[in-house]
Amino acid sequence: MDTINIKIDNKNFQVPKGTSILDAAKSVGVKIPTLCYMHLHDLNTTHKPTGCRICVVEVEGRKNLVPACATECLPGMVIKNQTIRVLNSRKTVLELILSDHPADCLICAKNGDCDLQSMAQEMGIRHYYYKGEKSTYIKDRSPAIRRDMDKCISCRRCLTMCNDIQTVGALSAINRGFMSVVAPAFQMNLEESVCTYCGQCVAVCPTAALTEIDHTKTVIRHLADPSKTVVVQTAPAVRAALGEEFGNEPGTLVTGKMTAALKDLGFDYVFDTDFAADLTIMEESAELLDRLTRHLNGDTTVKLPLLTSCCPGWVSFFEHHFPDMKDIPSTARSPQQMFGAIAKTYLADKLGVKREDMVVVSIMPCLAKKYESSRDEFKTNGNPDVDFVLSTRELARLIKQAGIDFESLEHEDFDHPMGESSGASVIFGTTGGVIEAAVRTAYEIFTKQKLHKVDFQQLRGMEWIRESTIDFNGTPIKIGIAHGLGNARKLLEEIRAGKSQYHAIEIMACPGGCIGGGGQPLHHGDSNILLARQKALYTADKANIIRKSHENPSIKKLYAEFLGSPMSEKAHKLLHTQYFDKSSHIEITKN
Amino acid sequence: MSIKYRKNLLICNGSSCQEASNFDLVAFTNTKLKEYGLDDDIQAVQSVCFNKCSIGPNMVVYPDNIEYSTITKDDIDDIIIEHLLNGRIVERLVYDDVNKISGSNKKQYRIALRNCGFIDPEAIEDYIEKDGYDALAKCLTAFTPEEVVQQIIKSGLRGRGGGGFPTGVKWDITSKSVAEQKYVVCNADEGDPGAFMDRSILEGDPHSVIEAMAICGYCIGANKGIVYIRAEYPLAIKRLKIALEQAKEYGLLGSQIFGTNFEFTIDIKYGAGAFVCGEETALIHSMEGLRGEPTLKPPYPSVSGYLEQPTNVNNVETLANIPAIINKGAAWFASIGTEKSKGTKVFALAGKINNVGLIEVPMGTTLREVIYDIGGGIVDGKKFKAAQTGGPSGGCLTEKHLDLPLDFDSLTAAGSMMGSGGMIVMDEDDCMVAMAKFYLEFTVEESCGKCAPCRIGNKRLYEMLTKICDDNGTPEDLDLMRNLSVVVKDTSLCGLGQTSPNPILSTMTNFYDEYHAHVVDHKCPSGQCTSFLKYYIDTENCIGCLVCARNCPVNAIFGEKKKLHIINREICIKCGICMEKCKFDAIYLK
Repeated sequence: MDTINIKIDNKNFQVPKGTSILDAAKSVGVKIPTLCYMHLHDLNTTHKPTGCRICVVEVEGRKNLVPACATECLPGMVIKNQTIRVLNSRKTVLELILSDHPADCLICAKNGDCDLQSMAQEMGIRHYYYKGEKSTYIKDRSPAIRRDMDKCISCRRCLTMCNDIQTVGALSAINRGFMSVVAPAFQMNLEESVCTYCGQCVAVCPTAALTEIDHTKTVIRHLADPSKTVVVQTAPAVRAALGEEFGNEPGTLVTGKMTAALKDLGFDYVFDTDFAADLTIMEESAELLDRLTRHLNGDTTVKLPLLTSCCPGWVSFFEHHFPDMKDIPSTARSPQQMFGAIAKTYLADKLGVKREDMVVVSIMPCLAKKYESSRDEFKTNGNPDVDFVLSTRELARLIKQAGIDFESLEHEDFDHPMGESSGASVIFGTTGGVIEAAVRTAYEIFTKQKLHKVDFQQLRGMEWIRESTIDFNGTPIKIGIAHGLGNARKLLEEIRAGKSQYHAIEIMACPGGCIGGGGQPLHHGDSNILLARQKALYTADKANIIRKSHENPSIKKLYAEFLGSPMSEKAHKLLHTQYFDKSSHIEITKN
Repeated sequence: MSIKYRKNLLICNGSSCQEASNFDLVAFTNTKLKEYGLDDDIQAVQSVCFNKCSIGPNMVVYPDNIEYSTITKDDIDDIIIEHLLNGRIVERLVYDDVNKISGSNKKQYRIALRNCGFIDPEAIEDYIEKDGYDALAKCLTAFTPEEVVQQIIKSGLRGRGGGGFPTGVKWDITSKSVAEQKYVVCNADEGDPGAFMDRSILEGDPHSVIEAMAICGYCIGANKGIVYIRAEYPLAIKRLKIALEQAKEYGLLGSQIFGTNFEFTIDIKYGAGAFVCGEETALIHSMEGLRGEPTLKPPYPSVSGYLEQPTNVNNVETLANIPAIINKGAAWFASIGTEKSKGTKVFALAGKINNVGLIEVPMGTTLREVIYDIGGGIVDGKKFKAAQTGGPSGGCLTEKHLDLPLDFDSLTAAGSMMGSGGMIVMDEDDCMVAMAKFYLEFTVEESCGKCAPCRIGNKRLYEMLTKICDDNGTPEDLDLMRNLSVVVKDTSLCGLGQTSPNPILSTMTNFYDEYHAHVVDHKCPSGQCTSFLKYYIDTENCIGCLVCARNCPVNAIFGEKKKLHIINREICIKCGICMEKCKFDAIYLK
């Protein structure tokens, strides 16, 4: 590799050619503060709009200060990071940003987890020298995301996520100058836009400009109501990330502690979404095999590839952007909704609780799940199958508010009957997991042979788009995997153009899958955290004696007692759904 | 204008003269000429700015060189009968001042504006008669692209849009960028308040720009040109469109131009009038249909510009110089001007100056010559105080700069800049703090909002200036303002923010006493900031009639009948009704 010589604060360094000043400084232990900059290295994304001007440094021979994040080191460059000019500029610019910020840190949702707050602390801001008008905007509440643009610092990380990574295009900068703001087109509400509620904008927002809709208070109220039976389900990816909120290393599995905490909080039954994930595999693989068999028998009307449908952000995405293809995805509901439907029928019957007296709460790594639970097709007489969805972050807050010492909790197990799950279901939380779980079951049903090697390494990883061919005992099954909606778009466009070679495709809206969901503890762009969470889920899979969904005894019992068989009429009514053409939203946006 | 006519009546059809007449004088005059049977001999043609906007609409009778001003349609008969038929000048339409100026117009030297006002901009034949498209023909048939680039480099031409970057060097870099598709972009997004030279060139001589773009395309290896023009310039757009059609008809655009293999077409893209879109990268993003926001350079457009292809962006005035350089030679152009600033510069004179309008002078002409000899001095014979050059990005020049040669480098050295050539002249009645505030108000409006220092910093600077002008300023504000100005300049992303505090810094340097007076003595020395004025009751004149007290909307005036009244300044909102109502001149403002 070519290296060049540079000088930072009078010290000589050798750095690779083409390095930015910021990366060069970092590699030699010189810290340059950044605010709008974001680097998701394993996801190959660098966001450097050079808008905050916090990372400015002095470069000899240049008239103005330059942003370190986007300026490439040149041979012999003399960089100064510690001059009065640099330090004063950074501090003044930060003071400016603070002068247009509500500064209500004590009561802010991001108190203690805010990049702007830590920057102010690091730079020792003790006085507001610059005062003046503050830009104010109407607060926007959607089913999943709250926008408080008074707190926006125009870092535009959300734009990179929404437009470049996800290609959703719900957000852009509008207006000019002091009144410029990130918003849906024509300053519409998020709910009227093409937003999929994937929450990736929330996940990268450095302040509380974008946060989840907080349901903790309502959940507390229901927990305190003795007339309600409050049932909780926890999604696979939550257990691999919740610990981070309590100081655990990323990737620490806290399943037992989480269960204990939920019981301490007063939930009547603590169940596992993994159970419903096994159920999803039963339905989805039955659907896949049905389509596959018909296809192999020469039926040309069969829609292939089958697309997974567990991810509500992804469902919204194709409803908005690819409505012409809404009959391709599996009709199987997501695990969260299958859980709700079974809880409010099968479980309510078993417990002798009336539907309206049962409250189903989900703990999800996801914000789109909040929206999903509010969809009309998942309601019976106005009563939703899932009443409230809390994100991983909200659960952590609830635990902290309740004064529970998370670290000292003893492990507890999930309740029965909806707490038992297979190893296949826990990997739903990572990209590639759903399809691996489906393959394990579909293989055995299709080939009628026992699958001995259940770990499909070829389906794992963090590549944006992956593909693999699995040998179903002589029948090659082509699998595609995409995470991040921008990559989903690529696969969908192939299908639309008739070029797709796949039999089944797994799609997750968020980079990394649910482990990188919009409701997870903030990873601040560090993809090592995502990798650690992913590893934890595969470990949990391995640790389970049952590795295949169809071998889960509780699932077998559910079919025997209640549903009959996969794709039965009852299963159709409770476990499947339909999709809608929402493209009109896009037209509104364009007009 | 055509030599086949005995006389040509050039009628200014620039936007301000059009506004002033609100009537199609050219068509009307031609109808009248027909009525008098003179239409075979004499024609009226539309022309462009004569540098007398304040007394428009203007007409020049050519070749007599008699200038008539503030003409209306009722004057046309007089002009035809008296001047054209009887050979007597219509004295009442001739302005004395104008006659005085026409003598000193000798200090002007027209290159960019060479044809403006002398040809019919809607007739390609007129342009061709003035050696139009000769330069393109010469380039295509006699020179290699490298030779043309070398000529432009040798001429010393620098960008007239504000940056002053050597044009030939820019062409050279773009020509060396390797790509299948390259673009020539003409930046006609003129946005400085008070500057309208680009508009006038496009309105008065659109073919010179088209020809130059084609020459540039030949040099850099581009077959596509785009004019990015603000939609607020309807007349310029109309004439540009006509010119493009004519050029196509004549085979001067399209394929096989002058029988060579060179192919060139020009499209128009409209801007919505954002000042920041004058910045190259923002302009390119706007052309791409994106938000008009700048991005960090490098990469420069010459390497990666429109649609990520090498793009050469030149301003209208820069391009208008090109055909003249090719026709008359690089040495000729380089012989005009100063050592590092060659050729001429068009300025838009505005403000408290007698002759408002466009002028073109050789680089190095002094400020004094521009203001007194060409501009006719300060209105009402008042004292010159300052001239703001470079628009909202520039600074002010003061009395001590009167003998400063106007060129890129000496203006920068004096704390101002050339900019696009706006020049606003101020006299003793103008408050320099209020002037800085005016420019900051503009920048606050025009900032795109991408980077924090420009978005918030300019707003805070404007707020501080407002505070000072409203008599609420403190000496601490001055320190904060100076620090903030320096930081905004030092840290902003693009040229807009990097220069927007210049009006503050230069007025603080040259007129610190005025700032001091505002915040320490609580006075506005020029009297322009009305917040400092207070209403007083003259003890001699007041007869105690109670009229003022009765009319005061906030009951700030107290007094009894036939006794002296008093104004309570805590309550007074300075509406001035009392002064208006008083019949005895007993209320005054000080």
